[in-house]
Amino acid sequence: MKFDAIFIGTSAGGVSAILSLLKAISAKPGTPLQTPIIVVQHLPATAEIDLALVFSGITGYKVLEATDKLPLLARHIYFAPPNYHLLIERDRTLALSQDEPVSFSRPSIDVLFESAAVGLGSKACGVILTGANSDGSLGLKAIKEAGGYTIVQDPNEAEVSMMPSSAINLVSPDFIGTREAIAGKLFEFEGVYG
Amino acid sequence: MTRIDPVERHLFFEGILLRYGYDFRQYAEASLDRRLAALMSRSGGASLLDLLKSLLGDPEKFRSVLGALTINTTEFFRDPSFFRALRESIFPILKTYPKITLWSAGCSTGEEVLSLAIALEEEGLLRRTTIHATDISPTVLRAAKDGIYDSSCISLFNKSYSAAGCTGIPSNYYTAEYGLVRFKPDLLQNVVFSEHNLATDSVFVEAHLILCRNVLIYFSRDLQNRAIDLFSRSLIYKGFLGIGPKESLRFSTSGAKFVPLETGQNLYTVNPHVQLNL
Repeated sequence: MKFDAIFIGTSAGGVSAILSLLKAISAKPGTPLQTPIIVVQHLPATAEIDLALVFSGITGYKVLEATDKLPLLARHIYFAPPNYHLLIERDRTLALSQDEPVSFSRPSIDVLFESAAVGLGSKACGVILTGANSDGSLGLKAIKEAGGYTIVQDPNEAEVSMMPSSAINLVSPDFIGTREAIAGKLFEFEGVYG
Repeated sequence: MTRIDPVERHLFFEGILLRYGYDFRQYAEASLDRRLAALMSRSGGASLLDLLKSLLGDPEKFRSVLGALTINTTEFFRDPSFFRALRESIFPILKTYPKITLWSAGCSTGEEVLSLAIALEEEGLLRRTTIHATDISPTVLRAAKDGIYDSSCISLFNKSYSAAGCTGIPSNYYTAEYGLVRFKPDLLQNVVFSEHNLATDSVFVEAHLILCRNVLIYFSRDLQNRAIDLFSRSLIYKGFLGIGPKESLRFSTSGAKFVPLETGQNLYTVNPHVQLNL
């Protein structure tokens, strides 16, 4: 299985969860994971935090805040900017919108994941981590139905279990595991990105 | 989210273009598909073809569809640092002209125009400025002309007003009653509101500064090219363009017609070599 992109969605507790997942990924010996990673982390609309800066210490990867029409590149990690929905187009470029919040969230994980299901189909891998609402469940379902691969963090490990539990209930994901196990799983799938 | 059939999407937008003249064929697909899906579920799960059929003879219904396909998210002094940069770097240059023409493209319900007018007023420029405020939606233009908003916008207005580098008393610009605020009508005295569609219409003005913020994100690259080219031909020699903070001219072939300013904030000046055909 080779994916064109890995999509990660998380909310409360997400910053440290993403950090440890990405660290686990970058700490693996051998060739680094090539597949581009796209992240929605819920933030307040007024947050003036550049997540790309927070995560810039991840070795082997270039971390960027997503801007309009940015093409996906190998070994790049893209974060949704606060107050914008992030989507992926069929041609593997990023898109932004300020449509109404979905599940009280903008960026919304459902919006990103559903665009991934439409645009990438079986070439999408969706990952749900810790969070205190159910955004992302419908999106993960869409990825699964489009033939993509679905991963959810073990709710017992998650700082806030609601988001993973909601996804597990709705989707019965292909893989449930700790951050360490998820990192290992992503390596198993590693393909070469064009 | 309901899957959008690409053939139905194509026919839907061809039909709308032929009957009503609005061209959505080159909008960015992913977010447009979401709006189409929302539209279909609101119409009780009708297909796009059924919906098109019902629209063709019903201009009133089309108006509501137009509203559902366009995004009108906006706020006063959105991204205050952008307005601060305008005031610090662009207004001093505008001051050197006897008459000033601005174009707010995609003005939505008018918050950006009022923010501009307030900043211009405080710099003593408003009386000699004409602002052309355009949008494709007649509904939002009507709201913009009224200058009346729900009073819930005021706390953000007050906060962003100062952050944008404005120096007066914010409450001097509006009166509040019955849960509404009305902005002083003379702020809009020199504003010309009109319908203009970046996908189909052409040059109508020669402006010193064009603001088109968070509009290009809804366009495909081809349509972005069209709009950016249109802007380059709508500006005076060495005129300015401001786009949204997460937008970029990098991926457009017309992008080379502009040079970024050192102030950052996604402010550009039109490349004089291009304008002079050098």
